[in-house]
Amino acid sequence: MIVEHDIVIVGGGPAGMAAAVAAYDSGVTDVVILDREPGLGGILRQCIHNGFGLHKLGRELTGPEYADAYLKEVEARGIKIYTETTVTAVSPDRVVTARNREGILKIQAGAVVLAMGCRERSRGALNISGTRPAGVYSAGTAQKLINCEGYMVGKTVVILGSGDIGLIMARRMTFEGAKVEAVCEVMPYSGGLIRNIEQCLNDFDIPLYLSTTVVEIHGKKRVEGVTIAEVDEKRRVKEETKRYIPCDTLLLSVGLIPENELTRSAGIPIDPITNGALVDENRETAVPGIFACGNVLQVHDLVDYVSDEAEIAGLGAANFVRGSKSEGASVETVPGNGVRYVLPQRVHTETGKDTALFMRVTQPFGKVRFTVKSGDEVLATAVRLKAAPGEMEKIVVKGDKLAMAKAPITVSLEVVK
Amino acid sequence: MKRELICIVCPRGCAMTVEGEKDNLTVVGNACPKGKQYAIDECTHPTRTVTSIVRVANRVDTMTSVKTEAPIPKEHIFDLLEKIRAIRVEAPVEAGTVVLPDVYGTNVVITKNVK
Repeated sequence: MIVEHDIVIVGGGPAGMAAAVAAYDSGVTDVVILDREPGLGGILRQCIHNGFGLHKLGRELTGPEYADAYLKEVEARGIKIYTETTVTAVSPDRVVTARNREGILKIQAGAVVLAMGCRERSRGALNISGTRPAGVYSAGTAQKLINCEGYMVGKTVVILGSGDIGLIMARRMTFEGAKVEAVCEVMPYSGGLIRNIEQCLNDFDIPLYLSTTVVEIHGKKRVEGVTIAEVDEKRRVKEETKRYIPCDTLLLSVGLIPENELTRSAGIPIDPITNGALVDENRETAVPGIFACGNVLQVHDLVDYVSDEAEIAGLGAANFVRGSKSEGASVETVPGNGVRYVLPQRVHTETGKDTALFMRVTQPFGKVRFTVKSGDEVLATAVRLKAAPGEMEKIVVKGDKLAMAKAPITVSLEVVK
Repeated sequence: MKRELICIVCPRGCAMTVEGEKDNLTVVGNACPKGKQYAIDECTHPTRTVTSIVRVANRVDTMTSVKTEAPIPKEHIFDLLEKIRAIRVEAPVEAGTVVLPDVYGTNVVITKNVK
């Protein structure tokens, strides 16, 4: 049996919940959220540290509190929630197939919002040589074991990767009595927020070794140590810098991969840089009526921006159900000098609405000026005192300027002296 | 005295410079008043919000999370963590419930509901 719902949201983390609330509030009230976990909130449930919500909610919250703020909004609207329900397929004509203890669920959706989030890159992706002992965890797995289930994962720790989860876990492990010997980062700069280096490493005198990686894992049953080494600018190991650090645990914080299996199976084209769907300014993918938002679309640094993006997608989905989607000409957006990607990858130019472009830079810069151009027409400029790959940039193009874009929109930066 | 600091108040992470003596500090590089206050506090009496976990005694493999309602002096972080480690709660617990009142000038409260 196929049931029908106006909007089906795949994933009940921060993106899914914000999209559901936004869709409901714009007038499409037949919204359902499907999530494979026992409760909504996604990864926020294990992120017990503070620092969430300053932008979006105007107060500083922990992860569970931020999730709860949105869950209350979802529940207040009577939005239907299916937990412990795993979506197994999304078809291009918007039939969502899921399974749970009751059996198989098939829903014909008016519109679908993909909000599956991401998962962690694992040891297998890194080609680290050595044995395969217990004690190698992805940082997020360790975070869940410690914070949600109460299992301590080790006593002496080396962390590979200085993304935010790795930094947060350095402090968390220290709080739980472990000794964090080192955080190694293969790049010459950290991918994490600078405030996290300050409050998670420097506060506890945990060393951060840049241009350094783990080259071998030692130990038979349990990790006994790792060999670390510096790398040159081409990431080749400098043999003479190899050194052994005894430890019983290695945490990997080496990147997040948007979880896009459902997206691909629906035939939705993926951007090879973001590893998320190609979308327009409403976060609609190339398959009509299927939208994407949050970390499944692009990996964000702040949940506040996930919520913002999800509201765009939720409203887009509601408008699609109402039959009022963006019409008229559209152009592609293209990353230029110093810019790694621009999202959305396509924008409609005749909507008259101000449109925000999001982007990441290719490397750390000092003061820069961003220029948004279409052909010879400058649509927007923005100056930033500093720019780093770990921090997403946002530039708003005014509606009247957007109307002048007849050729692909390029965003590039120049260093300002 | 001259000290370089990274602000931890928000994700922007301003690089700030603090100069002067204890009662007369000047701050450069902050983008907002909160940053200035953080810089002065950091040079006079540094504080941190502490977050940790508490075991839910009547549930299997289940922890809830806690935070200090206000930042506490940095030198007391590990004393406080010891006190938090000794706490046990019983489900259902609700966010906002005080589990350790009046420690280092603030309360420790639950941040995660457990049904």
